[in-house]
Amino acid sequence: MSDLHSPSTAARQVTFRGGGFAPSSPRWIGVAVFVVLLSLAELGTRQGWISPLTLPRPSDVLLTFQELYASGLLWAHLSVSLTRLLVGAALGASLGVATGVLIGLFSYVRAGLVPLTAALFPIPKIALLPLFVIWFGIDEGSKYALIAFGTFTPTVVATYGAVDNVDRSLIRMGQSFNLSWFSIVRKIVLPGAMPGILSGLRISLAIAIILLVAAEMLGAEYGIGAYILEAGSLYDLERLFAGVTILSLLGITMSTIIGQIERRVLSWRQ
Amino acid sequence: MDIRLSGVSHSYDNFEVLRDISLEIPSGRIVCIVGPSGCGKSTLLRFLGGLEKPSRGEVLQIGAPPSDCLNPLTYIFQDFALLPWRSVRGNISLVLEDHGIRGARADGIIADVLARTKLSDFAKALPKQLSGGMKQRVAIARALAVNPAVMLMDEPLSALDSQTRELLMDDLVNLWTRTPFTAVYVTHNLAEAVRLGHSIVVMSRRPGEIREVVHLDKPLDQRQHGDPDLEEKQKYLWQLMREEARAADAELVHV
Repeated sequence: MSDLHSPSTAARQVTFRGGGFAPSSPRWIGVAVFVVLLSLAELGTRQGWISPLTLPRPSDVLLTFQELYASGLLWAHLSVSLTRLLVGAALGASLGVATGVLIGLFSYVRAGLVPLTAALFPIPKIALLPLFVIWFGIDEGSKYALIAFGTFTPTVVATYGAVDNVDRSLIRMGQSFNLSWFSIVRKIVLPGAMPGILSGLRISLAIAIILLVAAEMLGAEYGIGAYILEAGSLYDLERLFAGVTILSLLGITMSTIIGQIERRVLSWRQ
Repeated sequence: MDIRLSGVSHSYDNFEVLRDISLEIPSGRIVCIVGPSGCGKSTLLRFLGGLEKPSRGEVLQIGAPPSDCLNPLTYIFQDFALLPWRSVRGNISLVLEDHGIRGARADGIIADVLARTKLSDFAKALPKQLSGGMKQRVAIARALAVNPAVMLMDEPLSALDSQTRELLMDDLVNLWTRTPFTAVYVTHNLAEAVRLGHSIVVMSRRPGEIREVVHLDKPLDQRQHGDPDLEEKQKYLWQLMREEARAADAELVHV
């Protein structure tokens, strides 16, 4: 204590130790990773240290993609796939949100359906495809059903979790102002659950894309899944990769769309 | 419209919270309820507005509320309870929509209550943009919009810093002086109680009972921060509560 003011005490900067644990995501880095990986693959296949049997040359994949586009087949495959995805996911997600909200609001529905959802959730839905073919026919019906069923369960779980997390004090407030039950649900519960519902939807839609391909691999003439299956059975790696690229792009588009919706609907959040 | 509590007792499971509370809340007065933490004063307030039911005893509404009153028993909450996704205007229109008040009529009411709470410039702001004091003024504006017969205030200033608290107390006094309203004001802050209360109900620790009712006759608009006679009353209230508060603090939390 006494040497606190003595001139001999050396002054030292206090070491900063509060950094990190706050990741941000600079935009260009994601693109850079893609570019580096693709150029590595391109370089490797051109120079021969990656054999063309292991990995197709990215430029060839691009060429195949252009051919596909020029022949008009891209749109033929994509349009049926998108229709299946949209119909199936819309069906599954809307039923899922509705069921989730009911579970979140009514004790009997909760008691009855939560165990059922828990039992349905871990079933690999692809295993049920033959069953759906018997129930809904080999055509579009079974594909819609598979995608719908696959998106349904995760949406239910996300939605009732989100409804449970709605601030009870806001609901109390609604009751204290004599708002009708319906008003409380529509103006307080649903907007309050929206963040959780939307982040659940992200997962559900990714599952929907996986199931779309699975459904199309079993008895479909057109569709990205059918295209990939055909390419795969011929060991046509360029076409296989072109198909997989389409799926990736589809996933990115979906996630961007939800991001946009979140930005618009959830602008009230910090 | 008056409110009467008669013989109200309450227990959660076998845990007695309130014992035999009888109290009259006369029209046009502010009744403050003070007591140590856990004495059941907030529970009592929830009984008054019908958000919870007491195990024994009754809560009576005496006389009819004025005809232009949309929601006779209206709360102001400690945590403001504003919908974060609605603007200031939207939060107030929320409580009018269910009464079928929309359009020009709603605009009129909203403009009026925003002016009374000095918020006219902030109608379009979202709650996240507002300070704590402004949020509570929005909640007060929302309560005024339904023209309540009785305002039930649950520690309305407890989440605010002490300067903001002073300012908002002045605002409440001004509001009351212009149009006297009936209010039950629950607080643990004795300074707020002597500033705003016409009568102050002192409760004991759990199980909460009424220990004493202190009356203050000095008009609200003549009370100032640091008035010697108010300080005197506040000291007296603290004497009443001191032992209770100490004992309450030493108890195990029962969850």
